[in-house]
Amino acid sequence: MSHATPTSPTLYGLLAEFDSADTLLRAARRVHEAGFTKTDAFSPMPIHGLAEALGFREHKIPKLVLAGGIVGALAGYGLEYWTQVIDYPMNIGGRPYFAWVSFIPPAFETTILVAAFTAAISMIVLNGLPQPYHPVFNHDGFRRASRDGFFLAIEAADPRFDVERTRAFLQELDAREVVAVDE
Amino acid sequence: MEPLVEASQYAKDDFRAPVPVLGPGHDYGTITDKLTTMVLTKHTPAVWFVVVAISFTFLIGLTVALTYLLARGIGIWGNNIPVGWAFDIINFVWWIGIGHAGTLISAILLLFKQDWRTSINRFAEAMTLFAVLCAALFPLVHTGRPWLAIYWLFPYPNTMGLWPNFKSPLIWDVFAVSTYGSVSALFWFTGLIPDLATFRDKAEHPVLKRIYGVLALGWRGSARHWARYENAYLLLAGLSTPLVLSVHTVVSFDFAVSVLPGWHATIFPPYFVAGAIYAGFAMVLTLAIPLRAIYGLQDFITMRHLENMAKVTLVTGLVVVYGYACEAFFGWYSGNEYERFMLKNRVYYGPYAWSYWMLLLCNFIVPQLLWSKRLRRNIAVLFTVSMFVNVGMWLERFVIIVTSLHRDFLPSSWDMYYPTRWDFLTLAGTIGLFVTLMFLFVRVLPMISIFEMRTLLPDATPKSDQGAH
Repeated sequence: MSHATPTSPTLYGLLAEFDSADTLLRAARRVHEAGFTKTDAFSPMPIHGLAEALGFREHKIPKLVLAGGIVGALAGYGLEYWTQVIDYPMNIGGRPYFAWVSFIPPAFETTILVAAFTAAISMIVLNGLPQPYHPVFNHDGFRRASRDGFFLAIEAADPRFDVERTRAFLQELDAREVVAVDE
Repeated sequence: MEPLVEASQYAKDDFRAPVPVLGPGHDYGTITDKLTTMVLTKHTPAVWFVVVAISFTFLIGLTVALTYLLARGIGIWGNNIPVGWAFDIINFVWWIGIGHAGTLISAILLLFKQDWRTSINRFAEAMTLFAVLCAALFPLVHTGRPWLAIYWLFPYPNTMGLWPNFKSPLIWDVFAVSTYGSVSALFWFTGLIPDLATFRDKAEHPVLKRIYGVLALGWRGSARHWARYENAYLLLAGLSTPLVLSVHTVVSFDFAVSVLPGWHATIFPPYFVAGAIYAGFAMVLTLAIPLRAIYGLQDFITMRHLENMAKVTLVTGLVVVYGYACEAFFGWYSGNEYERFMLKNRVYYGPYAWSYWMLLLCNFIVPQLLWSKRLRRNIAVLFTVSMFVNVGMWLERFVIIVTSLHRDFLPSSWDMYYPTRWDFLTLAGTIGLFVTLMFLFVRVLPMISIFEMRTLLPDATPKSDQGAH
C-alpha cells in the first residue's frame, strides 16, 4: 500500500470569537441576513434563538418521538395480546384471556420506553454524533467553546465566501478575533 | 457555612424578586473551573477515602450475603408463611422510592421552569440511577434462583413456550422498573454530554482526554446541536414525568390489587407516589448536605436550595400523613371485621405496634420542625430530619408489609416475622453499594450540571433576543 503524499491542508473556513452571548447572537443574525448559509455558532450553553438566527428550521424530533411512542404502545399491547390470547392462553383466576385493563400498565411503560429512546437517539443521530473529528477542533482556542468562548464559523464551502471580505465582515461584527481554520 | 447576609436578603422578597440560586461573583469561567477542578484534580478529600472505605466494607458484606443466598436459597432469610414477603420487598419499595426525587427534580421541576433545580439535578439523577440499581437487586434475588426466574419476568421466547402473566402486577413492576431504570440512565447520560465535552477540553492527561472525548461523542456546542438537544431534553423530561408517577403507582398495585386487609386500598397509588417523593427528597438532602460541605459548594447549592427541598419534604410528608389517616379511616369505615382488626393490630395491640408509633415519630412528628424558618435554615436540624425521614419511610414499608401479612384471615395461620442477620446484612450491603457508587460518581463526573449552571448567569439570556422568531 502506498501512502499518498500529504496534500496541503485546505481551508475549512473562518472562525470568529465573540465576547458574549449577546454579541454572538447579533453577529449570527447579521451573518444570516448577509446571505451566508454554511455557518455555525458555538457556545458553552444553549442560547435561545441562536440556531434560528442562523436560519435553522427543523422540527423533526417531536414528530419522531410521537411516532416512537405509538410504535411502543402498539408493540407492548400487541405483545401482551399475542402472548396471552393467541400463543398460550391460560386461565388465571377465571379472568378473561383478553383482560385488556390489565394490559394497560405494561403498554404504558413500553410507550414511554420507546418514545424516550427515540428522543435521545434522534438527537444524537440528527446532530451527526458521534463525530470524532471536526475541523473547528484544529483551532486551539476552540477549547474555550466548552468553557466561556462564543464562536461563529463561516465555511469556505459557502457560495458567498471570500477569505478577505468575509474576514473583514466578521471583524466588523465586533469579533474579538478571527482565525482561519484548516480542514 | 452559608453567609447569612444572602439568606436575609431573599427572606424579605421571597416570591417576587429573582433570588440568588448562585453565589455572587461567578462567570462562565469560574463556574466551569470550580466544577471541573473538583474532578480533574489529583487531590481527593480525605473524607472521601473514609466514606468509600466504610461503604466498600458494606458492599463486601453484600457480596457475602448474596453469595450465601444463592448457595443456600432464601431460607436464610426470616420470611415464612404467612409473612412470605418481608425485607426483600420492603427494601425494594424503599429504594425505588428514594430514586423518585431525582426524576422529579430533573423532569418535573424542569417543566415548571424552576431554575433552582439546576445545581441539584445531576447528582439527584445519579442517586436515582443507583437507587434503582439497589432496588432492582431485590426482586431479582428474592426468587433465590434468579437465573431460572428470568423467564417469569421478561417476555422472551423460551423452550417452555411460556410467557409472563401480564395480568399480574408483579409483571407490571418488571416493566415499570426496567423502563424507569433505562430512561433514567438515558436522561442522565444525555444531560452529561455537554459537560463531558468540557472535561475533554479541560483534561490535561491524554488518557483522561481520550476517555472523556469518547464519552462526549464529539460534542462541540454547535447552535444546531443545542437546538435539537434542548428539544430532546425537554421531551425526555415530559416523558419522565408520567413515568415517575406510574412507577410508584405500579409498585403500589403489588399491594392494592390483592385482597389482604391493609393492602387492598384505593388510596395506595397517590399515597405511594407522595411517599416516594418524600423519601427521595430526604435522601437528596442527606447527600447534598455533606457533599456541599466536603467540596465547598455553598455557592452552587445555596441555602435557598436546601430550604426549597425542606419545603417539598414537609409538603409531601403531610400528604403521606394524609395517607395514614385515610388508611385508618377506611379500616374503620369499611365496617369489615378483618379491616378493623388489622387496624387495631397495627396501631395498638399487635406485636408490631411499636413500629407504627416509630413510623409516626419519624414521618409525622419530627418533620413538623420544618415549619420553622429558623430550623429549616439550620443545617444540622435539616440533616437530622432527613435522616429521620429515611428511617421513617423504611418503617412505613415494614408496617405495610409485615403487620398486614403476619395476621391474615385465619388465626391458625398467624405467625411472627423475625429478620435474620442475612436480612440485615443485605439491607446494609445495598446502602454500601449505593454510597460507594455515589462517591465514585462525584469523583469522576461533574456532580453539578456545568452547562446548566452557565445558563443561570444573567449574560446567558441575550437582551437582543426579540425578533428572533
